[in-house]
Amino acid sequence: MAYFKKVLTKFIFVIPFLFSSIAFSESSDYNMKVGVTEVSESIFELHMLIFWICVGIGVIVFSIMFWSLWKYRKSKGAVAADFDDNLGLEIGWTVAATLVLIWMAVPATQVMVEAYDDAEGEINILITGHQWKWHYEYLEDEVGYFSNLSTSQEEINGDVPKGEFYLREVDEPLVIPTNTRIRFLITGNDVIHSWWVPDFAVKQDAIPGFINTAWTNVPEPGIFRGACTELCGIKHAFMPVVVRAVEREEFDAFIAQKVTLAEAERLLTSKNWTKEELMERGEAFYATNCAACHQAGGQGIPPVFPALQGSQVAMNDSARHIEILMEGVQGSAMAAFGESYSEIDIASVITYTRQAWDNDTNGDGVIVTPQDIVAYKNRIDL
Amino acid sequence: MSTVVESHDHGHHGPAKGLSRWLFTTNHKDIGTLYLWFSFIMLFIGGSMAMVIRAELFQPGLQIVQPEFFNQMTTNHGLIMVFGVIMPAFVGLANWMLPMQIGAPDMALPRLNNLSFWLLPMAFGILISTLFMPEGGPNFGWTFYAPLSTTYAPSTVNFFIFSVHVMGVSSILGSINIITTIFNMRAPGMTLMKMPLFVWSWLITAYLLIAVMPVLAGVVTMMLMDINFGTSFFNAAGGGDPVLFQHVFWFFGHPEVYIMILPAFGIVSHIIETFSRKPIFGYSSMVYAMASIAILSFVVWAHHMFTVGMPLAGELFFMYSTMLIAIPTGVKVFNWVATMFRGSITFETPMLFSIAFVALFTIGGFSGIMLAIVPADFQYHDTYFVVAHFHYVLVPGALFGIIAGAYYWLPKWTGNMYDETLGKLHFWLTFISVNVTFFPMHFVGLAGMPRRYPDYALQFADFNALISVGAFMFGLTQLLFLFIVIKCIKSGKQAKPEVWEGAGELGLEWTLTSPPPYHSFSIQPQVK
Amino acid sequence: MEAKRTLRNLLGIVVGMFAFGWLLVPMYDVFCEITGLNGKVTGPSSLSKESLAITEQRELLVQFMTHNNESMPWIFDSERSQMRVITGNQYEASFVFYNPTNKEMVGQVIPSVSPGRGAEYFHKTECFCFERQVLAPRERIELPVRFIIDPALPKEIGSLSLGYTLFDITDRVQPEDKIANL
Repeated sequence: MAYFKKVLTKFIFVIPFLFSSIAFSESSDYNMKVGVTEVSESIFELHMLIFWICVGIGVIVFSIMFWSLWKYRKSKGAVAADFDDNLGLEIGWTVAATLVLIWMAVPATQVMVEAYDDAEGEINILITGHQWKWHYEYLEDEVGYFSNLSTSQEEINGDVPKGEFYLREVDEPLVIPTNTRIRFLITGNDVIHSWWVPDFAVKQDAIPGFINTAWTNVPEPGIFRGACTELCGIKHAFMPVVVRAVEREEFDAFIAQKVTLAEAERLLTSKNWTKEELMERGEAFYATNCAACHQAGGQGIPPVFPALQGSQVAMNDSARHIEILMEGVQGSAMAAFGESYSEIDIASVITYTRQAWDNDTNGDGVIVTPQDIVAYKNRIDL
Repeated sequence: MSTVVESHDHGHHGPAKGLSRWLFTTNHKDIGTLYLWFSFIMLFIGGSMAMVIRAELFQPGLQIVQPEFFNQMTTNHGLIMVFGVIMPAFVGLANWMLPMQIGAPDMALPRLNNLSFWLLPMAFGILISTLFMPEGGPNFGWTFYAPLSTTYAPSTVNFFIFSVHVMGVSSILGSINIITTIFNMRAPGMTLMKMPLFVWSWLITAYLLIAVMPVLAGVVTMMLMDINFGTSFFNAAGGGDPVLFQHVFWFFGHPEVYIMILPAFGIVSHIIETFSRKPIFGYSSMVYAMASIAILSFVVWAHHMFTVGMPLAGELFFMYSTMLIAIPTGVKVFNWVATMFRGSITFETPMLFSIAFVALFTIGGFSGIMLAIVPADFQYHDTYFVVAHFHYVLVPGALFGIIAGAYYWLPKWTGNMYDETLGKLHFWLTFISVNVTFFPMHFVGLAGMPRRYPDYALQFADFNALISVGAFMFGLTQLLFLFIVIKCIKSGKQAKPEVWEGAGELGLEWTLTSPPPYHSFSIQPQVK
Repeated sequence: MEAKRTLRNLLGIVVGMFAFGWLLVPMYDVFCEITGLNGKVTGPSSLSKESLAITEQRELLVQFMTHNNESMPWIFDSERSQMRVITGNQYEASFVFYNPTNKEMVGQVIPSVSPGRGAEYFHKTECFCFERQVLAPRERIELPVRFIIDPALPKEIGSLSLGYTLFDITDRVQPEDKIANL
C-alpha cells in the first residue's frame, strides 16, 4: 500500500507535464496563437523555447526530488546522512542557473527589438477605447467609426442559442490592407482599456490622455479576433476586437465607400426626416449603443444606469434630453455622444427614446430632428 | 480590563475567562490564535466569493450574477485573500512561533500586538459592509487602477480606502513588533546566523512590510485626494498620469508578493528538515537567497505593466531584473531537494503539503520566468495565464505553506495529535483539486481568455467547466480541514514535547511541553 | 532601552517610506522627462546647442490627433491631420476650439507624443497646452502650435504623432481654487 502511494505520488506530479507537452504541440487550441505576422511567429518560437527550457529544468529537478523521496524513505530503512552544505555544489547550481537565464535573455532581447520598431507607417490608425466599444479612425482619410459587440443580449442571457463567434463578433470590424505597414496609435477615452489581437501579437494599453503605438504587417487576408484586456468596468468582457485584413484594392474601395458615406451623411442632415424614419434609425442605434446599459426595454439597471422608460427627461424635457446626449453626464458612465456621432444618429435616438415604451403617450412626445441638433451645436434658438 | 490587570499582577496564572480574554489579551499565543481563526474565517468568505466567480464561469453566458456584481466578487476575493487570509495567517504563525523559537516569554510589545490584531476585523468589516451598500463595493480589481478606481468608481471607494489604511496600520504595527522581538528577545547564544529559518524569513518579511505598506498608504491617500479634494495625481486632465498610479502601486505590490511567500519558505524549510531527519542544506545560502529576493523585489515592479508603453530600455531593464529573481528562488528549491537527498524520509501530512509546495511552487516559478520575457508577455499579459501563475504561487505556494505549518505545529499548540488519516485525505483531495482548478487556466490563458471576464467565448467553455468543478472540490475540501482542526483541539492522542521524532534537536519550540505554558520561556534557555 | 531604540528606528523607516511614496510622484515626472515615458512634455522647449550644430536634415511625417475626453462637448479639431516637415525648421499648426454650450467652460489640453522616446525631440515653442482655456458660451477660437523637430531625432523614428486630449476641467477648477485659498 505504502509503495503504491508513493508511485502514485510520482505519477500525479508527472501528469501535468505529460498533459502539457501534448497540449503544447503546435496549432493546438490550448497553446499560444502562432499568429500571422513575423513578430507573432518570433514570439511564439520564443515562448516555446522558454517553455521547453522550463520543462527541461523541471524534469531534472523533479526527477531528483522524487527519486530521493522514493529511495531515502524511512520505511525502507534509510538512515539520514549528516551533511548540510557543499560549497562546490552550491556555486555550481548558481552558475548553471545564471547561464540558463542568459540563454533565455538573448533571444528575448532580439525579439523585443524586433517588436519595437518606430518606422513610419503606411497606414496610420487611431484606436480609441471607450466604455465599452472601440473607435477606429483612419488618419490619412479622416474617416472613423465605432465598432460594437454584435452578439445579442438574448444570446448572453441564454434565451437563444449562442452563435459560433459568441462575444467575438462586432458590427463593424477594423479593416486593414495586407502587406502594408500599419501603425496603430492607441488611446483611451475614459478609463484604461487594452487593445489585443493575438494573431498580430499586439497588445497595448489605451490610456486616457496618452498615446501608445504598435505596428503590424499582415501577409494574408483573414479575420482576426481579439479582446479588451484591461479591466474597464462592467462591460469589460463585451468589447471585442475584430480585424479584417483584405487586399489593398478592397481596402481602398472600403475607405472610398466610408468617405462617400460620411459625405452623404452630411447631406442627409438637411433633409426633412419623418418620425418613422427617425424611429427606425433610432431603434437600431439604441440597440447597439444604448441597450447594453439602459436595457432593450428602457428599464435601465438602477441605480447605476437610470431607466429611460418613464423618465421625466425622456418624456417632458427635450432640451435637457439633447443636452445629455451631446454633453454626457459628468461623473457617470454616460458619455458625450455629440462629438462622436452624426446629428442624424443623435436626433433619431432621442426621438426613439421619447416615443418608445409609452413615453410618447405619458409625456409630450416631442420629435427631435437632425436640424435641432445642428441648431443646438450652433445655438440658434428655434 | 480589570481581568488583564489582575492576571498581570498575579503573574503566571494563565488566561482570563470568557470574551475579555480575547478582547484584551496581550498574550502572544492568544493573539496568534485570534489571527489564525480570523484568517480561517476570511478564507471561507473569500473562498465563497471565488465560488460565485466559478459558478458564473461554469458556462458561457450570464446565468447567476451580473457583471457589476461579478467585478465586486473578483475585487473582494483578491483583497480578502491577500490582506485577510495569507498575511494574517503568517502573522498568526509568527505570533505563536517566534517567541517559542527564539526562547522568549512573549512578544516585545504585547499591547501593540493586541491593537494590531483588533484593527483587522474592523478593516474587513468596513470592506465587506460596502457590498451591502446600494452602490455596491469596490469593483475595480484588487489592483484598483486609476481612473477606474477614482473618477469612475462607486462612492463606496472611500470606505475601501479607509479600510486599506487600517489594514496597513495593522500590518506595520505587527511588523514593528516582530522586528523588535527578534532583535531584543533572543535567548543568549542565539546569534543571527543561528536563528531558525522561519524567524529569518519573518525578519525579512517584516522589513519588507514596513518599507512598502507606507507606500500603499501613500497611494490610497493620493486616490482619496483625487476623488474628494480635486487634486490630480492620477488624473490626466489636471496634469497627472494614470500610469503613475500603476508605478506607485506596483512599487508596493511587488514586494507584497514576496511578503506573501517568504514566511512559507521558512515554514517549509523546517518541515522538510524534520521529516527528512537531516539538517537543512545550505542554511546560510537560504538566508542570503531570501535577503536577495527581498532586495530584488524593489527593482522589478514594472514587470506588471509591460503593456503600458514603456521605452525599450525600460522594458529590457525590468525583464533582466525579474529574471535575476529566478536565481535565489532556484537556489532555495535546490536546497530543499538537497535536504531530502540522503535523508530518512517519512510522509506525514505537513511533509506531503511541503513536497507539494516545492513541486507546485516551482511550476508557478516557471510560469513566472515565462511572464518575465517581455515579448512573450505581450501575449500572456492580463490573460488567465497570469491568473494560473499567481494562483500557483499563492495557493499551492503560500496557502500550502500555511496549511503545512498548521499541521506541523497543531500538536504543539493543542497538545493533541491531529487525525493523520483525515490529514492525508485532506492533502490528497486538496492536491488534486488545486491542480484541476489552476492547471487548465494556463491553457485557457494561452488560448486567449482575458482575466476578469464574467463571460467568455465558446472555445473556452470545456476548460472553464473543468476549472469550476476543481474549484468547488477545492472549496469543499477545506471544510474537512476545519473539521480536522476542531477535532484536534477537542481530542486526539497526547502529543509529546518534541512531537515529531528527532525534532527536539531542531528548535527551541520542541523543548517546551505540548501545549506550551501560557508564557513560553519564563527562564531563557541557553543556545550553544 | 534596547527595544525602545529599535522601535524608534522602525517608526523612522515607516515615516520615511511614507514620505518616499509621495516623493515618487515628482521623481516619476523627472524620470518621464528624461526617458520620454508616456510622451510627456510639460513646458516650452527649444533646440539645444548640440542640436543646433547638426546641419544634416531629414524629412518626416508629423501627425496631429485631437480627441475629446468623455463628457467634453467642445468641438476641438486640428486644421490638418498630418504634415511633412524638415527637422530643424519651425512650423505652425492651427487648432480650432468651439464651445457649443451656453455655459462658460474651462478646458485643458493634455499633449502626448508618440513614440514616447520621440517626445524630447519634439520642441514646442508655443502651445495652448501649457495653460487652460476658458471659453465663453458659443465662443470659437483658433490657436497655433509652433514646433521644431530636433535634428538629433533618432533615425529609426519615421514619424511623430502629437496627440491632444481635451479635458473638461470646469468642475475641477473651483475645488482647486478653494485649496489654493486655504
